Amino acid sequence: MARIGVFVCHCGENISATVDCGKVAETIGKLKHVVLSTEYKYMCSDPGQTLIKEAIKEHNLTGVVVSACSPRMHEPTFRKACAEGGLNPYLCEMANLREHCSWVHEKNELTTEKAIDIVRTQVEKVKLNSALQPIKVPVTKTAMVIGGGIAGIQAALDIANTGHKVVMIERSPSIGGHMSQLSETFPTLDCSQCILTPRMVEVAQHPNITLYTYAEVESVEGFIGNFTVKVRKKAKSLDEKLCTGCGLCTTKCPQKKIPNEFEQGMGMRPAIYIPFPQAVPNRPVIDREHCTYYIKGKCKICEIVCPTKAIRFDQPDEIIELQIGAIVAATGFDIKHADFFPEYGYGRYKDIIDGLQFERLASASGPTSGVIKRPSDGQIPKNIVFIACAGSRDPAKGIAYCSKICCMYTAKHAMLYKHKVHEGKAHVFYMDIRSGGKNYDEFVRRAIEEDHVNYIRGRVSTIYERNGKLIVKGVDTLLSSMPVEIEADMVVLATAGVANSGAEELAQKLHISYDSHKFFAEAHPKLKPVETNTAGIFLAGACQNPKDIPDSVSQASGSAVKVAALFSQNELTREPLVAVVNRMGPPLHSTCVGCFLCQAVCPYQAIEREDIKTRDGKVLKSLAKINEGLCQGCGTCVALCRSKSIDLHGYSNNQVYAEVVALLNEY
Amino acid sequence: MKTGLYPGCSLTGSARDYNESVSALAEAFGLELIQIPDWNCCGATAAHNLNKELSLALPARILALAEKNGLEEIVVPCAACYSRLVVTQHELKKNPELKNRISEVIEMDYRGTSRILNVIEWIDKYIIPLLPEKITKPFNYKVACYYGCLLVRPNKVLNYDRAEDPQTMDIVMTKIGAQPVDYPYKTECCGAGFSISRTDIVSKLSGKIIEDAEYRGADAIIVACPMCHSNLDMRRPDINKYWKTEFKIPVIFVTQAIGLAIGLSPEKVGLKRHFVDVKIS
Repeated sequence: MARIGVFVCHCGENISATVDCGKVAETIGKLKHVVLSTEYKYMCSDPGQTLIKEAIKEHNLTGVVVSACSPRMHEPTFRKACAEGGLNPYLCEMANLREHCSWVHEKNELTTEKAIDIVRTQVEKVKLNSALQPIKVPVTKTAMVIGGGIAGIQAALDIANTGHKVVMIERSPSIGGHMSQLSETFPTLDCSQCILTPRMVEVAQHPNITLYTYAEVESVEGFIGNFTVKVRKKAKSLDEKLCTGCGLCTTKCPQKKIPNEFEQGMGMRPAIYIPFPQAVPNRPVIDREHCTYYIKGKCKICEIVCPTKAIRFDQPDEIIELQIGAIVAATGFDIKHADFFPEYGYGRYKDIIDGLQFERLASASGPTSGVIKRPSDGQIPKNIVFIACAGSRDPAKGIAYCSKICCMYTAKHAMLYKHKVHEGKAHVFYMDIRSGGKNYDEFVRRAIEEDHVNYIRGRVSTIYERNGKLIVKGVDTLLSSMPVEIEADMVVLATAGVANSGAEELAQKLHISYDSHKFFAEAHPKLKPVETNTAGIFLAGACQNPKDIPDSVSQASGSAVKVAALFSQNELTREPLVAVVNRMGPPLHSTCVGCFLCQAVCPYQAIEREDIKTRDGKVLKSLAKINEGLCQGCGTCVALCRSKSIDLHGYSNNQVYAEVVALLNEY
Repeated sequence: MKTGLYPGCSLTGSARDYNESVSALAEAFGLELIQIPDWNCCGATAAHNLNKELSLALPARILALAEKNGLEEIVVPCAACYSRLVVTQHELKKNPELKNRISEVIEMDYRGTSRILNVIEWIDKYIIPLLPEKITKPFNYKVACYYGCLLVRPNKVLNYDRAEDPQTMDIVMTKIGAQPVDYPYKTECCGAGFSISRTDIVSKLSGKIIEDAEYRGADAIIVACPMCHSNLDMRRPDINKYWKTEFKIPVIFVTQAIGLAIGLSPEKVGLKRHFVDVKIS
């Protein structure tokens, strides 16, 4: 016989201001099988919890309903209290009188009536609860970080420094990401390379980090603590053990006219190349798409000149399989390029460049050794225009969001230009200046007040070339919306930050969600910003949305802590609120007919095939089987199952019926 | 297939030259153009500023008349009329309730099935395929193709060419032997309806369009809109007075240029009606 205890919480005045808690407790107390119904000001407080623990023993309770706030708030608290009182924690339910009732209604009779109804449903439900045991799964204590930009580097180092193994996968020949391309960084103007390259070296030398560059994730299977990841190591066409990184091959390669990705197409590179002098690892790769040998079948000059005979033209791609416990996606972002903008000439004009190209022009290691020379004729521009929000915050372009980093880097660009070309004029067209961040607004003010950058609030409608000048037509909205025309020598577009190429495919491989812009989605915008909806996979950096370096690094450290917390356990405990396929003795074994429709709809790939075999291995029947490690208890399979063979622990069909019937019946 | 023709007010008034060149091309290429019987005003710029229902009812009646007369396809040479007709079709397709209401207002059945062509689409579809063997006097000039606003905007409704950097007229011009110049003013505002009320604004805006075409070395500005034409051609004395210039570059309808290329006489394509002398033929 069920013996239910009900505890009605006032939540200070949060509930009691609109709900008559005394009446709720009194009414519920009259229900069948309710042996105790009481109220208290703060159930979650220590005395409140003690009340529950003692009542369990005193009244020999078989179920508890705490009528308080949302279970998202305090369910773990009260389940723990019940466990300490000697009751299986899954025999405790919460009736949400706060978010679902007191907060959203006026104080009156009906509100109290509704509160009573909510508690009644839970009383009926808890009578059918069964004692459940948490699920235990083992943990492989090796993390994988996908992406070797600053976010990936920070995450990898932080995890490695907690003593756990890390595998880093980077698809380009070197780690470093976009940060390695930057000249100086806001708001301190410290050199990007100077602060980044030591970190890159640390990754390469860390005993706990295994680095795979020129490699991509092929497939991901499994679940939290137990992923199996296949990685494609693209052929670098050389024996890395023999190569000393002397670079002779790169100087002798006859093919020298390939646009250099690292220089954003503003310089050239050979077919066998090291992306940049500080690359990690500092070993070349052969770009087979452009290599003369792979195109025409002869050349092999690199092989001839190599002093250690390290070149391997016939090297195949290699697929390696790794056992991984947690994954950090840190795949970064890309930017739109000038050819995205018809009004700015579809990339026709050489002297209209994007922000990353300007970084390379301003960088001491860049194609112009840090002298600001325009691409068309190498002249130093005397009049330069920066356009913020090129594409961003522009629904007509399909990019409604703010790219967040552009206001700051545009101020930095204008400042760097003024520091290098003292007599030059810098103009910035902007919509708003979004400089929230430590010392950020001061930085923008410095550009305006000390470096005399001309900030014009307005948009640029068109740019065209005339007399060797770029005519920038815009509007000054602070000057009675007067049209403004500037004859510029060079224009820099702060183009929108967008998801990196291949983001969608990777998200699908990882089974994580992504938004309409292909940015990876966090589990909760405020309270779970580094988690994804897939347990064991975390986010770091601009793969989630455009972010600056401090934000990327902070988030990377956040994700590292999440991984470390996961790895601090030898076994993972999961809520047992998962789906289960019924089983019974032979000859039926289960009512499951093996149609596997559930397998197709399961969003978490949690449904497997299980064969019931005779002793000699003959398959009698194939059944669906839920992988408890993967199942998130969403119930989609339960709703779909045609033979009603699947049920959800904690939310069984019978429990839900009982709740509905309770609402329909008078009490 | 018979193609309907909606001339609108301009082609019977200020842009008779445009009308003459369209007819001359139709005749030369053996194309049948049937003027929509009993056609009315499209509402132009006035109606949609005053009364939304009226601004939709007027073009809807024209389209309904075309449907009634079995004209599944109509060509609308005037860019302003073209815009009104396409916008109406778009609005009524989007909103079936409004469509029923407009049918009531015009007391006619409106289905919205006619295919509406602007002049470039008509040329692309019917003239370009027959063009190569017809060309007797290649139009060997540098041209600045001026699209104006209504031919390509609003892009979402018209779904025609690239709003910021249209190309269709340039492509037609290359087919008759012309060399289009890189012309950034191709969609800048000419002053439009201010032609009547504020000639100073038209002079200022149209002057820039002409100046840049001359600067780029164009021998002629090519247009496909009566309003653009009257601002750039008829208002030339005002423009030259405003800018203290002597711009002489002629402004030619796309259909006139094609007519010249196939050997039609300047009179036949209406060139004699221009205010700015066309010396290039």
